Amino acid sequence: MTEELKDNNIEQVEDKFLAPENRKHTVTGPEGEIIHVDPLQDYYCNERPKAEDPRNKIVEKFLNWARAESLWVLGFGTGCGSIEIPPLLSPRFDAYRFGVAMRATPRQSSVIIISGYLAVKTLKRVIRSYEQMQNPKFVIALGSCTINGGMYWDSYNTINRLDYYLPVDVYVAGCMPRPEAILAAFDKLKTRIKEGRAEGANEYVEKFDWYKANQKKVIKNWNMPDYNW
Amino acid sequence: MDIVKKIGFVLLGLFIVLNWGLLMAGIMRKIIARVSMRRGIKIFQPYINLIKNYSIRSQLTHGIMFYLGPVFRLSGGVGIFLFMPMIYGSDIWNNFSFTGDLILIAYFMFFGMLGMALGAGEGGHPYSAIGISRGLAQFTAIELPLTLAILSIAIQYQSLSITEIVAAQQGSILNWTLFTNPLATGAAMISFLGAMGHSPFNVVMAPQENPVGPPTEYHGTFLGVLQTNRAILHVVEAVLYMNLFFGGANNWIELIVKTFFIYFWSVFVGMVFPRFRVDQSIPWLLKLPVLIGVAAIIVFIV
Repeated sequence: MTEELKDNNIEQVEDKFLAPENRKHTVTGPEGEIIHVDPLQDYYCNERPKAEDPRNKIVEKFLNWARAESLWVLGFGTGCGSIEIPPLLSPRFDAYRFGVAMRATPRQSSVIIISGYLAVKTLKRVIRSYEQMQNPKFVIALGSCTINGGMYWDSYNTINRLDYYLPVDVYVAGCMPRPEAILAAFDKLKTRIKEGRAEGANEYVEKFDWYKANQKKVIKNWNMPDYNW
Repeated sequence: MDIVKKIGFVLLGLFIVLNWGLLMAGIMRKIIARVSMRRGIKIFQPYINLIKNYSIRSQLTHGIMFYLGPVFRLSGGVGIFLFMPMIYGSDIWNNFSFTGDLILIAYFMFFGMLGMALGAGEGGHPYSAIGISRGLAQFTAIELPLTLAILSIAIQYQSLSITEIVAAQQGSILNWTLFTNPLATGAAMISFLGAMGHSPFNVVMAPQENPVGPPTEYHGTFLGVLQTNRAILHVVEAVLYMNLFFGGANNWIELIVKTFFIYFWSVFVGMVFPRFRVDQSIPWLLKLPVLIGVAAIIVFIV
């Protein structure tokens, strides 16, 4: 690996932030053959995301109804607002009756709640999680911090406006919004989905370069592929 | 022409079983919610989830085995259905059952899990592999009491045909295996708790410590197929227990009532008892239930 790096100065600079397991390395096979592995090329897909057009009007209306009535939320708490999520599922607020359920994996989720301030370090993880979710996917931004930075507006390590980095469907103002406000947000999101206006995933694909430029502006140690699926 | 008619009725039966499975899942979720003092999901929520999962627009794959995992799982569930006599004394609804179908059904119960293991293994997510190895380890321990109970019943009735076992239980409630062979019934009903994936034995499917278990990487249609299979599997496994221990069913109404209460048994226990960890559940299953199962065999041999 070191020899390769000497050949190419640029790579040496980038290498500073690369996680050890993501560096180029060689693996010896069972029959003694040497395999060169470049994890960023080999383990991830380099393809750009594609927009998935809605189907014809009537079918899409029905499917949108199903999507709206079955919102699976990714269990990802970013800021102080994540403490408002567990009460949602308690008997007092009981979000299950609105078809809301929590999932532990981004593959199966359709909603991600950015719950409060978003540190740059967390933004990187949020982007990875968001990109691993499958096409009809929605973002709920919770709290003032996601709208204009809130009380963290001049902080050195949090972002101020979430919609520079991810396409947001519903904002919930407040610091902190109560669980009732989150329920109202789900209601609003349902209306948007049923009207066919919640096309955030396609919007993200269409403005992919703009979003990537914004994201890379704040995330200095960008040591992952451009699109993580 | 006869076989065409037969296939038509098998498909119709599968349709009924699928719908009853989804509806039963909704009703049970509702019951669980009311016990924990919530309103809970709509009864038709499983249908909506299914439609949603089939309507996900983008999907990705990790390879051929990843595709085949859910297919194997579904063929496990449908396979049990195909060889399971649903209604006693009906030529139409006994599907393709034959002498010795009990062994084949016991095999199909494990088949789906193995297919799932191959698929989830190729998913590439390290937690999928951990989840499936835990799931398989626990399912092996769950199968043991059931297998002993099945052997006990086979010795008792001198038959491995489900139809004959059901026939032997007709006449009176006191002819049910529940009363003629309570030890085997006890062992099998404990193993049923594990097979249904409710509380004491559902840590393999638990979120947080191990994201949703084996299907971590499965999404969209893949997950839809898994959900379809789960609905079918829950009903047909309850039907298997109904046939073996609770006198079978003479019509669909009886089948629906009996499978409801058999499935409710696992929900009831699940609401009362907290979860076992995998390293607790396997030793537990290998102690008392296996002893009961061995006793059930010894009683008939001696």
